[in-house]
Amino acid sequence: MSKDAPERVVDDVYVAMQESDEFAELRTKFRSFVFPMTALFLAWYFLYVLLSVWAKDFMGTRVLGNITWGLILGLLQFVSTFAITMIYVRWADREFDPRAKAVAEKMGSQNR
Amino acid sequence: MSALFPSLAPAATTTVGNPTINIAIFALFVVVTLAIVIRASKNNRSAAEYYAGGRAFSGRQNGIAIAGDYLSAASFLGIAGAIAINGYDGFLYSIGFLVAWLVALLLVAELLRNTGKYTMADVLSFRLRQRPVRMAAAISTLVVSFFYLLAQMAGAGGLVALLLGITDAWGQRMVIVVVGIIMIFYVIYGGMKGTTWVQIIKAVLLIIGAGLMTLWVLGTFGFNLSTLLGDASDASVAATGKDLLQPGLQYKNPVDFISLAMALVLGTAGLPHVLMRFYTVPTSREARKSVEWAIWLIGIFYLFTLVLGFGAAELVGAKAIKAAPGGANSAAPLLAFELGGEILLGIISAVAFATILAVVAGLTITASASLSHDVYNTLVKHGRATPEEEVKVARIAALVLGAIAIVGGIFAMGQNIAFLVALAFAVAASANLPTILYSLFWKRFNTRGALFSIYGGLVSAITLILFSPVVSGKPVDPVTGKSPSMLQGVDFHWFPLDNPGIISIPLGFVLGYLGTVTSKEFNAAKYAEMEVRSLSGYGAEGATHH
Repeated sequence: MSKDAPERVVDDVYVAMQESDEFAELRTKFRSFVFPMTALFLAWYFLYVLLSVWAKDFMGTRVLGNITWGLILGLLQFVSTFAITMIYVRWADREFDPRAKAVAEKMGSQNR
Repeated sequence: MSALFPSLAPAATTTVGNPTINIAIFALFVVVTLAIVIRASKNNRSAAEYYAGGRAFSGRQNGIAIAGDYLSAASFLGIAGAIAINGYDGFLYSIGFLVAWLVALLLVAELLRNTGKYTMADVLSFRLRQRPVRMAAAISTLVVSFFYLLAQMAGAGGLVALLLGITDAWGQRMVIVVVGIIMIFYVIYGGMKGTTWVQIIKAVLLIIGAGLMTLWVLGTFGFNLSTLLGDASDASVAATGKDLLQPGLQYKNPVDFISLAMALVLGTAGLPHVLMRFYTVPTSREARKSVEWAIWLIGIFYLFTLVLGFGAAELVGAKAIKAAPGGANSAAPLLAFELGGEILLGIISAVAFATILAVVAGLTITASASLSHDVYNTLVKHGRATPEEEVKVARIAALVLGAIAIVGGIFAMGQNIAFLVALAFAVAASANLPTILYSLFWKRFNTRGALFSIYGGLVSAITLILFSPVVSGKPVDPVTGKSPSMLQGVDFHWFPLDNPGIISIPLGFVLGYLGTVTSKEFNAAKYAEMEVRSLSGYGAEGATHH
């Protein structure tokens, strides 16, 4: 209901926090991890999709016994998904959470 | 998509296994889950209890429940069947469905948990004008959930033909009614807490059942994947002339496949019933853990289906699968019968039913929460409804939605399930995902942008599907004498692709951009509040305590 809400003044605690260096660092930290990672896994996924439709002979070539390139690359999609999940969770627990918590605590003390 | 989830049109032929055992095991599941739902749901008066299970589930519990919610009958029966019939091309589906979770993990789950309360609309309308945005988000939620719901209900009818030996249309209608009534009870009585427990139990049963079958199949082939693949491929070449290891058996048109691949990978993070699950945990850290668990369980399950699909191709054979009532969807149950006889078939059938029941319950609670929280509270009561009123309305909505799902399921019986599931994923990716991402990451985003992306994505996705070959105009299959399209004998298609994603998803993003830049609205204070809260977790709704 932002339309009816009174215009908040500039010294709003949220705006002040949003403009602080500490928060800018948190945001930069988050975005510089998740955006490239998203680009990476989407590119890898669509590479696999495009190979499956336009390089059928290659994908259907048997490499190990009856295991084809298509199957190997497909299983690697599973591996990369599991790996990115583990890397992200580790990063978030160690690098992101302490900073996010500091911001949240600062907000909590200001609002009391 | 039609080849993956062929219509479960009942063919009046033989059944497999012993219907009495199948019914007994399913009844046991229902009794046990009902008891747990009743025990778990003593405190369902407050809105946070009813909609979000008191936000008291752990990340692990919620992760298992997400897997239970996501691994629908289409995933289990559909993918195993698609791999058995089309080999490699069926496998592509599971990859899209799995990789999609990274979008949810990296970009959506935690930020949404930090800013929202009960529904997807909470987040979308956070810094925009409440009424129009909530209305749009609620409509999109209802559309996506409804089509997903219909697909599950329609699937239930066809499954019965195979598993319970009920082949006449009235018998199947009765089964849909019974499934619907049990599901309504779970939702109305158990709320989110009861629904979550049903999903947890079902996920555990499904993953253990599929895991045992996988070991069994691998054991049959001396634990050598290459032998299994080779034998399955040879059996398929002998039966139908198709080499299961080659790409392109199912998708002849590359653009169509790319379009589908886009909808799969971008749809998941926009499915309202998936998003709502993130509110059942106390913190964003637990939401992250939920997705971590879900990714592991879903990934491992899809690896099982790979073995099960190829195993069915070799041990059951493509001809027997296609001839069975339910077609490709019967590959997994037939394999269970082949391996472990009536008992294993009974267990797997009961799990398949439990799957439908749990997914339908999750969808119903999502749709009823949106009707009550977004439509009733905001639009009718101007945000002044008490939590008791909201929960009461949500229960009535669940009852009405359940009744509609039963009637819709009866009408959709024998319909092309692919049509409904594709529509749900395409709409979620076209209407919801652009709006969620813009809302979380784009400072300038505003009300007009949100309305443009939601309605634009919604209308374009539905319109393109309506005029696609999925609805009308596919050539008649000489074997069945019917067209694989939904409607027979008419042809009004002009859109060449089965899946609208490649057009409607970019369109959703572009319209959201255009709507935003042509409007001057910007609420700096609300934007600051949303961004600070979404990243830091400050002010997030916590767990309720008793």
